[in-house]
Amino acid sequence: MLQPQMEITVDELRQLVSDRAVQGETMLLNMGPQHPSTHGVLRLLLELDGERIVNCVPDIGFLHTGIEKNMEAKSYEKALVMTDRMDYLNNLGNNLCYCLAVEQLVELDVPPRAQVVRVLLTELQRIASHLVWLGTHALDLAALSVFLYCFREREHIMDIFELCSGQRMMTSYFRPGGLWRDLPAGFDEAVRQFLSLFPARMQEYESLLTENPLYMDRTKGIGAISTEQALQIGLTGPALRATGLAFDLRTARPYSGYEEFDFEIPIASNGDTYDRYIVRMEEMRQSLRIVEQALDRLPKGPVRSNNRKFVPPPRSELGHSMEAVIHHFKLWTEGFAAPAGSVYLPVESPRGLLGCYLEGDGSPKPLRVHFRTPSFANLQAIPILSRGHLVADLVAIISSLDPVLGDVDR
Amino acid sequence: MHPPENLANELSELLGEALLEPQEFRGQLSLVVQPQSVLAVCQKLKGAGFDLLAALTAVDYWPKQPRFRVDYRLYSLKRNQFVGLKVSLAEDQLELPSVEPAYPNANWHEREVFDMFGIRFSGHSDLRRILMPFEWEGHPLRKDYPLGYEEVQFSFNFDEIERRKKYVKD
Repeated sequence: MLQPQMEITVDELRQLVSDRAVQGETMLLNMGPQHPSTHGVLRLLLELDGERIVNCVPDIGFLHTGIEKNMEAKSYEKALVMTDRMDYLNNLGNNLCYCLAVEQLVELDVPPRAQVVRVLLTELQRIASHLVWLGTHALDLAALSVFLYCFREREHIMDIFELCSGQRMMTSYFRPGGLWRDLPAGFDEAVRQFLSLFPARMQEYESLLTENPLYMDRTKGIGAISTEQALQIGLTGPALRATGLAFDLRTARPYSGYEEFDFEIPIASNGDTYDRYIVRMEEMRQSLRIVEQALDRLPKGPVRSNNRKFVPPPRSELGHSMEAVIHHFKLWTEGFAAPAGSVYLPVESPRGLLGCYLEGDGSPKPLRVHFRTPSFANLQAIPILSRGHLVADLVAIISSLDPVLGDVDR
Repeated sequence: MHPPENLANELSELLGEALLEPQEFRGQLSLVVQPQSVLAVCQKLKGAGFDLLAALTAVDYWPKQPRFRVDYRLYSLKRNQFVGLKVSLAEDQLELPSVEPAYPNANWHEREVFDMFGIRFSGHSDLRRILMPFEWEGHPLRKDYPLGYEEVQFSFNFDEIERRKKYVKD
């Protein structure tokens, strides 16, 4: 049953811009979708008075791939691979959000070792994501060398992910009930090496930007927002914390054992682009602390739940246990069923509140999966943040929100 | 983390007759409300400290009736609690009041629900498609909408497939 085609008249679109644009006093300019500083395929319709932005209308959807629809057609375990492809800088964080939602829906326990490994890798992912943000943000403000340094360090983290899962980006390493497999030999040394190397590198970046007058001129007072406004428009993550509110779901509503780690939630006060930079830089340091603590306390034991109705048996059992063969066959042909009911599971992604809405109907496939993605919600603030600023500042504002267009459009 | 016992009682006192029934599933509290009262409920909840609209989505139960359900998730910083609002919609009455006056960020979320499910929001300031192209037919996340498949065009069958494509005929 298809609906008749929806028609939009010009009058309906006219409200998007001011009357001055209709009379020709202000200029309408199209920015994107193929523009290097829109971080993907974001299109912005700008209404300009000279070089000042009167209004900005974001147009998204160029990267819409129907991930939610696709997940409805797959079993719970197979749908996991779609989450990697959503926010491609936070693959493990997306895996974690989805796995936690499935685990809550079917009431599945995760062994302690898997929980700590999840925290460890998610925090490494947060650092990697912030490094990409820092590099591209600086690049947008014409500081090319920061970009090169950041990608050099990110490569270390990517190597660690490759060591664990065989993949640099599309890891799918976390599975409902635990991990795909245990950590490989050499993991500990690889992470320790990164831990010893990274603090000095952070100082390198900061020496390039934090007190750089050119950088401060481009970012201080640009795109400022108050806490109330930020909450109203749904801004979360580092952008909200930069306004002075210490809201982080890792401490507010801890998941996956975050309550056992000792770390701080960095905040700033002005809510502008510079403060978002300060908050993200400090967050990388705090993530490093969590990684170190997790590595020190990594418990021994299994990495997958022992509940065979949800988690496939190890390969070694298949040769001598008929029951294991049956479980294996059932899980890989049909999948496990989840009860009717819905859960909403929010986690803190590097960009903000990432929520997975998952509804089951008693069958092995989800009835509905929805991701409340932080990039989508944060992008809504662009018109508010950019009004009255110069076009060149818009570039700084977009990158300070760190949108990932795969995450926006899903 | 379970919601405190008194949250359900407190909210049912606050909402009065607008609340049909509180539900709890896996420790998450949801309030079932009438479609026409959803904006009033949101404004009351915002007054009670639920300051962030954390998610807004819909579910299609086709072929069951009532066909749709719209699900809101609100978060209160003060109480550190999430609460859900569930609204059932019959297929012949796909209209809900927009909650934009209470939560301005509902703007894009409602546009997404409109785009994906065809549910209209009255009083919305700018109800257009957001993810799909504006001339798109149908609402992709409905259960009676096929998952879809696009035929791969090679040089030997490029024209033949091009002719079958919808936009060519227009």
